[in-house]
Amino acid sequence: MANGRRKKQQLGRIHSFSSGKTSFRGEHSLVGGPGFSRVVYCNDPEAYEALPVKYTGNHVRTTKYTIATFLPKSLFEQFRRAANVYFLLCAILSFTPLSPYSAVSTVLPLVVVIGATMGKEIVEDWRRKRQDIEMNNRKVKAHRGGIFYDTRWMDLKVGDIVKVERDEFFPADLILLSSSYEDAICYVETTNLDGETNLKLKQGLEATSSFQDDFRFQNFKALVRCEDPNANLYSFIGSLELGEEQYPLSPQQLLLRDSKLRNTDYIFGVVVFTGHDTKVMQNSTPPPSKRSKIERRTDKIVYFLFAVLVLMSLIGSIIFGIDTSKDLGNGWMTRWYLRPDDTTIYYDPKRAGIAAILQFLTDLMLYSYLIPISLYVSIEIVKVLQSVFINQDVQMYYEEADKPAHARTSNLNEELGEVDTILSDKTGTLTCNSMEFIKCSIAGISYGCGVTEVEKALATRKGSSLSQEVTEIEGHLEEAKEEKPSVKGFNFVDERIMNGSWINEPHADVIQNFLRLLAICHTAIPEIDEETGRTSYEAESPDEAAFVIAARELGFEFYERTQKSISLHELDPVSGKTIDSSYKLLNVLEFSSSRKRMSVIVRTEEGKLLLLCKGADSVMFERLAKHGQEFAEQTKVHINEYADAGLRTMVLAYREIDEEEYVAFNEEFTQAKNSVSADRDEMVESVAEKIEKDLILLGSTAVEDKLQSGVPECIDKLAQAGIKIWVLTGDKMETAINIGYACSLLRQGMKQILINSETPENKAFEKSGESSAAAEAFKASVIRQINEGKELLAASNESLEALALIIDGKSLTHALEDDVKDIFLELAIGCASVICCRSSPKQKALVTRLVKIKTGMTTLAIGDGANDVGMLQEADIGIGISGVEGMQAVMSSDIAIAQFRFLERLLLVHGHWCYRRMSTMISYFFYKNIAFGFTLFFFEAYASFSGQTEYNDWYLSFYNVFFTSLPVIALGVFDQDVSAQLCLKFPLLYQEGVQNLLFSWSRILGWALNGVLSATVIFFFCIQAMEYQTFRKGGEIVGLETLGTAMYTCVVWVVNCQMALSINYFTYIQHLFIWASIIFWYIFLLAYGAMDPYISTTAYQVFIEACAPAPSFWLLTLFVLISSLLPYFLYSAIQMRFFPLHHQMIQWILADGQSDDPEFCAMVRQRSLRPTTVGFTARFESKSQHSREQLEYL
Amino acid sequence: MEVDGASTSNGGASTSNGRANGGRSRRTAFDLFKQQQLPACKPVLTPVWVITAFMLIGSIFIPLGLVTLHASRSVVEIVYRYDAECVPKAFRGNKVSYIKNGSIPKNCYRSLKVHKHMKAPIYIYYQLDNYYQNHRRYIKSRSDQQLLHGHAHYDTSSCQPEEYNNGLPIVPCGLIAWSLFNDTFTFIRGRAELKVNRKNIAWESDRDHKFGKKVYPINFQNGTLIGGAKLDPDIPLHDQEDLIVWMRTSALPSFRKLYGRIEEDLEADDVVFVTLMNNYNTYSFGGKKKLVLSTTGWLGGKNDFLGAACIFVGSSSIILSIVFMLLHVKYRRNYRGTSYLSWNW
Repeated sequence: MANGRRKKQQLGRIHSFSSGKTSFRGEHSLVGGPGFSRVVYCNDPEAYEALPVKYTGNHVRTTKYTIATFLPKSLFEQFRRAANVYFLLCAILSFTPLSPYSAVSTVLPLVVVIGATMGKEIVEDWRRKRQDIEMNNRKVKAHRGGIFYDTRWMDLKVGDIVKVERDEFFPADLILLSSSYEDAICYVETTNLDGETNLKLKQGLEATSSFQDDFRFQNFKALVRCEDPNANLYSFIGSLELGEEQYPLSPQQLLLRDSKLRNTDYIFGVVVFTGHDTKVMQNSTPPPSKRSKIERRTDKIVYFLFAVLVLMSLIGSIIFGIDTSKDLGNGWMTRWYLRPDDTTIYYDPKRAGIAAILQFLTDLMLYSYLIPISLYVSIEIVKVLQSVFINQDVQMYYEEADKPAHARTSNLNEELGEVDTILSDKTGTLTCNSMEFIKCSIAGISYGCGVTEVEKALATRKGSSLSQEVTEIEGHLEEAKEEKPSVKGFNFVDERIMNGSWINEPHADVIQNFLRLLAICHTAIPEIDEETGRTSYEAESPDEAAFVIAARELGFEFYERTQKSISLHELDPVSGKTIDSSYKLLNVLEFSSSRKRMSVIVRTEEGKLLLLCKGADSVMFERLAKHGQEFAEQTKVHINEYADAGLRTMVLAYREIDEEEYVAFNEEFTQAKNSVSADRDEMVESVAEKIEKDLILLGSTAVEDKLQSGVPECIDKLAQAGIKIWVLTGDKMETAINIGYACSLLRQGMKQILINSETPENKAFEKSGESSAAAEAFKASVIRQINEGKELLAASNESLEALALIIDGKSLTHALEDDVKDIFLELAIGCASVICCRSSPKQKALVTRLVKIKTGMTTLAIGDGANDVGMLQEADIGIGISGVEGMQAVMSSDIAIAQFRFLERLLLVHGHWCYRRMSTMISYFFYKNIAFGFTLFFFEAYASFSGQTEYNDWYLSFYNVFFTSLPVIALGVFDQDVSAQLCLKFPLLYQEGVQNLLFSWSRILGWALNGVLSATVIFFFCIQAMEYQTFRKGGEIVGLETLGTAMYTCVVWVVNCQMALSINYFTYIQHLFIWASIIFWYIFLLAYGAMDPYISTTAYQVFIEACAPAPSFWLLTLFVLISSLLPYFLYSAIQMRFFPLHHQMIQWILADGQSDDPEFCAMVRQRSLRPTTVGFTARFESKSQHSREQLEYL
Repeated sequence: MEVDGASTSNGGASTSNGRANGGRSRRTAFDLFKQQQLPACKPVLTPVWVITAFMLIGSIFIPLGLVTLHASRSVVEIVYRYDAECVPKAFRGNKVSYIKNGSIPKNCYRSLKVHKHMKAPIYIYYQLDNYYQNHRRYIKSRSDQQLLHGHAHYDTSSCQPEEYNNGLPIVPCGLIAWSLFNDTFTFIRGRAELKVNRKNIAWESDRDHKFGKKVYPINFQNGTLIGGAKLDPDIPLHDQEDLIVWMRTSALPSFRKLYGRIEEDLEADDVVFVTLMNNYNTYSFGGKKKLVLSTTGWLGGKNDFLGAACIFVGSSSIILSIVFMLLHVKYRRNYRGTSYLSWNW
C-alpha cells in the first residue's frame, strides 16, 4: 500500500514554503479597504441576503450574442460596411418614382447579402453556446446541510464549500481549506491557465487543515475578506477569520477555476470568486469580430468611390437643372417636344432647383454601378473556397493525429499574406513539452550521440558531407530505437555507458557518482505502477523528471522516498549486481531562480556525509574546489557545444562533508529556516551558500526541451521571409533562452538585452516592505534597462549586429504601462528577436495589442493552450495548434493547424496567394465597375443628364451577376503568381504582402484610372464610329438600342479580356469562365431578344436583326477591344521588362530556367538575409563569416 | 522536389511526405485541383512576346484600317443644311414665329449638285442636331402595348402628358409620336420626278411585332398644341413607316433618320431639284436640319473614323514594337542578376 502510506506523509517537508508563514504586514493591511472589499461568509450563502452587494453566479457565457441582442448587434455589424449602408439607402429610395430601376432589383441582392452573413454568425455563435452549456452543467460536490451533493457548476454561489476530487477541474476560484494530505497540500495542474504542464503545489492554512471529512463541515463557519475580482493570476490578498483568530491568505491558498487537481485524492475549498469574477474569466477578452486589412481598405475605396459618385451626381444634376430651366424661356418652349409647359415636378423648368435635387437622387441610384454590390458577396464566396483549399492541403495534414488544417473563419485568409510579426507561445507550440535527456559530459568525456532538431537542420544546410554523417547517426539511432521501446523523457544512446557498460570506462567512479547524484538530488516522487512494476515519477518540472528517468535507465533506479530517506536500486561496479541502497536525506537546499542550483545533503549507508549539488554553469564553476577542477576545461567546451545545439545544461558536482561541519551547518540552517523575520529567505540562502563550496566537478547534463519536428526549418524560412518572431512564454527565463537557442532565434555573437526583475536592487526594495516605493523604484529600473538597451541598439545599427531582447513578466508589467510602452516597443522592434518570459495570459494579449496598434502591422499569434486565448483573440490572426492541450485555443482561434511547421506553408504559400488573389480581385472589381459606370456617365453628357441609360435595364442588372462575376471568382480562388515550390524557395516574395505592394493606393488608383481609360475608349470610339451613321449596307441607322448593345458588347469583351491579361495562371477553369462569360452574353442577347417585345422591350431581336449581320459591329468590337487593352498591355510590358516586382522577377527566373540551378538559388537565398535575420541559415552564415574573419586575422 | 524548395512540412515529416508521394503516381485531376496543382499555362510577358504581340496588332490593323477607309471613301454622300436657308429673308430675325405661323407657306425649293456617280439605291435621310430624343422623359413617354394592341389597352399612364385629349385616349399616345417629324421632300432630276420609295424603311421587327396591323390613329394631333406630323387615320400603324422610324429613338442628340430610297443611279454633275416642306420646328431650340443623300458600302455609310483609327492604332503598335526592341537591345537584362531579389527594394 504504497499509496496509503504516502498519503500520510508530510510532503511539506521537502518543500520549504516561505509563504506558509506569511504574517500580517505590508499588503495584508489593505484588506477591507478600497479594492479589497469582498466578504465571503463560508458555508452560509444566505448571509448575502443582508449585504447590499450581489455577487454574480457561477454561470458563464462566452457567446457573442444573446437572443435579445442578436438582431441589433449583428445588423450593426453588417452596416459597418459602408457599401451596405449605401445600398440600404438605395433600396429605400427605389420605392419612390425617382428610381431608374425597379425596386426588386435593388432590395433583393441586399437582403441576400446580409441574410447570408448573418446566418453565418448564428452558426458560429451556436457552437460557442453549446460549449457554455456543457461547461455550466458540469457537476461538483457542494456542501448542503452536512452532506455533499452533486451540484451543477452554474448553481454554485460565493461561500459554498465544495469537494473536488482527483483529476477534476475546479468550478470556481476556491480557497483551499484542506486536502487528503494531512498538511493540506495539493497538486494542481494549470495547463489551461499558463500552459505549463508541471504540477504546482498549493497549501491550505494550518488552522483549517484538520477539516478532512465531509461531516466536519456541518457547523463550519468562517469569514473571508479579500481583494475584489481582478485579472492577476499570480497575486491574491485576503484574510480568513475562523472563530476569534484571523489568518492571512496568499496565492498559495487560491485554487483557480479551470485548473485541475492532480495527485491528490480530494480537497475541500470555499468558493470566493464565481463565474465572470474568476481570474480566468477576468483574463479572457470577449471574442472580437476580426476584419482583414484588405477589407478595411476596401471600405475606404468604397468611400472614395462614393465620393466620386456624389461628385458625378452633383455635376449631372446641376447641368440637368440648367438645361431644364432653359426649356421655358424667351416666352416660348425651347425643347417643345418635352412639353415643359405640362410636366411633372421632376422635369419642371419653373422649379428647376427642385427638379435638380430630385435628379441628384436619381443619379445616385443610376451611378450605383460604380460601387459593386456583388463585391462583398463575391469576397465571401471566394474566401470560403480559399478556406476549402487550405483545409484540403495534404501538406498541412498531420497524419499521426489525423488532423488537417482548419480555417475556422474565412475572414482572414488574405491577412495571412501580410503578417509582419508572429507572436508565438512556446510550450506545446514550438516544443512538444517533453524534456529528453540526450547527452551528458562526465569526467570530461561527452556521451550520447543523439541528434537534436537544430543539429539536423544545421547539418542539412551545411552540405552533404555532414548530412551524410547525420544520416548515419540517425540510422544508428533508428536501429537502437528498434531494439528498445522508447522511453518518454529519455533519448540517450551511447553504448559506452548504457546497459551497465560504464564500469569499463576510464573514470567509472566518476560516472557512478554522476548517476547516483542524478538519482538522489531532486524533489520528485516515485509512483510504482502495481501492474507492470515500473516506476514513474511526479516531478515539479519536466527536466527534473528527465534526470530521474535517465538515472533509472542507466541503472540507478530511484524507487522510494520517505520523509527521511531516498532508496535506489543501483548497480554495484564491483560485483556487477543490482543492489538496494538507501540514503538518509538530511537537508534539501531548494532551487530558486536567484540561486540557480539545488543541493541535498545525504548520509550514505557507509555513514559518509555527501553534499550533492546541481545547477547552472554560471554559478557552479565558481564553487568548485581547486582540486575538483580536473575536467573543468573539457566540460566547459562541452557545455558550450550543448548550449549551441539548443540544449539545457546543468552542472553536477559533489563534496564530502565532515561531521563537525555538518552539525554546525545544520544548526544554523534549522535556525534560519524557522525564523519568522522578513529576511528569512536571505538567511537560508546565505547559510546554504556557506556549505555549497569546494565542490568536485562530475560533469554536466544536457536535456533537450524537445522541439516539434520542423520547427527550426520553419522559423528559418519565416525569418527569411522577413517576418519577425516573438516568443511569449509563461516559462522561466532560462528555459525561454534555451529554446531561443534551439530555434536559432538566439545565436552566439548576438547581443542579449536582458530586462530582469531579479536585480539585487529590486530585491533590496522588496525587502524594505514599502510596496509603493518598491514598485516605483522597480519601474525606474525597468526604464533604465530599456534605455540602456536602446543605446546598444543605436550602436548596433552601425555595427550591423543583431540584438536580442529578453524580458520577464514582472518587468513587462511596467514596460507595458502607458508612459513606458512606446520606448519599450521601439527597443523591441529594433531587436532581431524578442522573448518575453513569465508572462501571464493577459500580458501576452497586451503585448500583442501593443504591437498591433502601435506598429500598425499585421500580427499573428500562435498558441495551443487556454493561456493563449487572449493573445489569439487580440492578434489580427490567431492560430491555434490542435495538439493535445485541450481545445480552448482552437475554439478561439481563426485558423487551426496541427503543427507549428505548417505555419510556413500556411503563410508563405496560402497567405501569399490569398493576399495576391484578394488584392487583385478587389482591384479588378473596381476596375470593371468603373469601366462600366463611366460609360453610363459619359452617355449622360449626351442625354442632357436626364438619367436615361443607353443600356437595357436587364443588361444593367446582369452585368455584375452573369457576364463578369465568374472570372473574378476564378481569379480569387485559383490564381497563382508563382507555384508553391517557388513561394517557399524564395521566401522574400512574402514581403510583397507585408509591404502591401499589391494593394497600395497607387495600385488601386492605377486600376481605377485604367477603368476610366477603358470606359473612355469604349464610349468615344463607339459613338464616333456609330454617330448618326448608317452602320450597314441596308442603309439602317444606329438607334439607342443598337448603340447600347454594341457598347455593352465592347464592355463585356474588354472587361473579360482584361481579366485574361492580368491572370498569371491559366487553367482550363479560367478559360472556361472567361470565354463562357463572353459567349453567355451573346446567348443572353439571342434568348432575351427572342422573347416577346413586351418583356424584351428595346432588346427585341436587336442582335439577330440589327447587329449580327453588320460587319461594322464586329469590326468595332475587335477594334475597341484591342485599343482599350493596349494601355494596360504596354504598362505591364514595361513594368515586367524594366521595373519588375518580386514575383515578376521569379517569373523571369522560371522562364529563364534558372530555378533549377542550385548555385543561383543559394545566391538568391543569401541575398535575402539581413544582419538582423534570425534562423539557422543566418546563424550558419554569421558563424562562417566569423570564422572567415578569424582566418583573415590570422 | 529538391531539398531547396521543399517546404519543411514536406521534408521534415517523412510521414506526410510518404502520403503525398505515395499518391502521386495515381493522382487524379480532382486531386490536382484540390491541391491547386492543375496544369496551367503561365504566360510571362517576355520581350519576345511583347514585340510579337505589338507586331501582330500592327500587321492586322493597318490592312484592316486601309480596307475600312477605302470602304468609307467609296461611299458618295451629299449633305445639305436647309433649316436657315428655307426661312424667308423677312423672318430670318425671328424664325420661331415663322415656323409657328400656320398661314405662311412653308415651301422651299433648292437644288443639289451631284459631284460623283451615285449608284442606286440612294438613301435619303433627314438629320437633326441638338434634338434630345434620348431624354428620359421623352423616351418613357410611349406605350408599347397600345402601339401593338390599339386603344383597347387602357394603361397608358406612361404617355403623359399626351395621353388623353378631350377625355378621349390618343392613339398613338406619348411625346415621341406627338413630335413626329413632318418635313417632306420631293426630288426632280431634269424634267422627271425622281421616285422616292418610302416603303421598307423601318426595321422589320418593329413593323411586325411592335406596331399593330389593326391599330389606327385616333384623336391624334387634335389638341390645343400641335406637335409634329398628322397621321392618316385610315392607315394602320403597321404601315405608317415614318412613325415607326421616328419612334425608334436615336442614341445621341445628333441623328439621322431614313426618309426613303431613290432607286435610280445619279450621274456625276446631275442637278437634283428638291421641293421641301419646311414644317418642323427646330428653331426654338436651335437645332439644325439637314438633308442627306447617300449610297452605302459593305460597312454602311461614309465614316472615316474607324478606318483612320485602325491605321493609327496599328501604326502605333508597330512603332511601339520597334521602340521596345531597341530598348531591349540597348539595356540588356542581366539574367544572372539578383539585385531585385535582395532587401534593397
